[in-house]
Amino acid sequence: MERIPILRMGEFLLVTIQIDMHDQLALKLQDDLSNAIQQHGTKGVLIDISTLEMVDSFIGRMVADISGMGKILGAETMLVGMQPAVAITLVELGLSLPGVATALNVERGMALLRRKIDADGADDTDRH
Amino acid sequence: MTPTGTKGEAPLRSDHDIVLARQLVRRITQELKFSLVDQTKMVTATSELARNALIYGRGGMMHWEILTGDSRNGLKLLFADQGPGIPEEFAKFIPYRYGFGCRDTNPLEMDLAEPLTAPPAPRQHAVDSAMETT
Repeated sequence: MERIPILRMGEFLLVTIQIDMHDQLALKLQDDLSNAIQQHGTKGVLIDISTLEMVDSFIGRMVADISGMGKILGAETMLVGMQPAVAITLVELGLSLPGVATALNVERGMALLRRKIDADGADDTDRH
Repeated sequence: MTPTGTKGEAPLRSDHDIVLARQLVRRITQELKFSLVDQTKMVTATSELARNALIYGRGGMMHWEILTGDSRNGLKLLFADQGPGIPEEFAKFIPYRYGFGCRDTNPLEMDLAEPLTAPPAPRQHAVDSAMETT
């Protein structure tokens, strides 16, 4: 069965969406990611869409849902690498991806995630 | 299907058909030398309307037509589905009858769609785009 690979990098998960996803595949990714977050105790998820030529409301909602589900499971999500034409289209269509953290590329996204996680870690050290 | 003719159609019966419709529109707009942003807008609109036809309209067809003018080229896309349409008694509460998002969909189509025919059926959405030739 076709699926989008999820790479584990320490406490991060990295997903690179490189194909033109059909809707079922997008839903499968949502499923796989939430399972992977739970299984590995992931603190941060990076979703790289630098090769994606289009983001429509369905993919936008998928990303927002992943971000929301991740948060409940204790993981921060960062959407990285959006192409300028995709960003222009999203904004002009009024789809501003509420609640989704974004960064220019994987490197910056990872730095931002690291900072977020460290800040959160400092807050709840007494829980462990 | 390759965009060699001036018009054609593509079925919208499955998830995979939405992907094929997007790829077809991408190829045609590339061939017509649309800017990258215009290509992306057309492909995104295609994705929204194709999905709408599939989920709420019991499937349908995308009709495409290349429009040529003296100094401009364009692409006309028409999405026709077999949906029931919106009953008259509810329609009066809806400011914009066609392409209005329902349930959890985003009413993204509103800015792009333009009604072509009067109700009841088939429901149709059209997207037109034109550009200067280079």
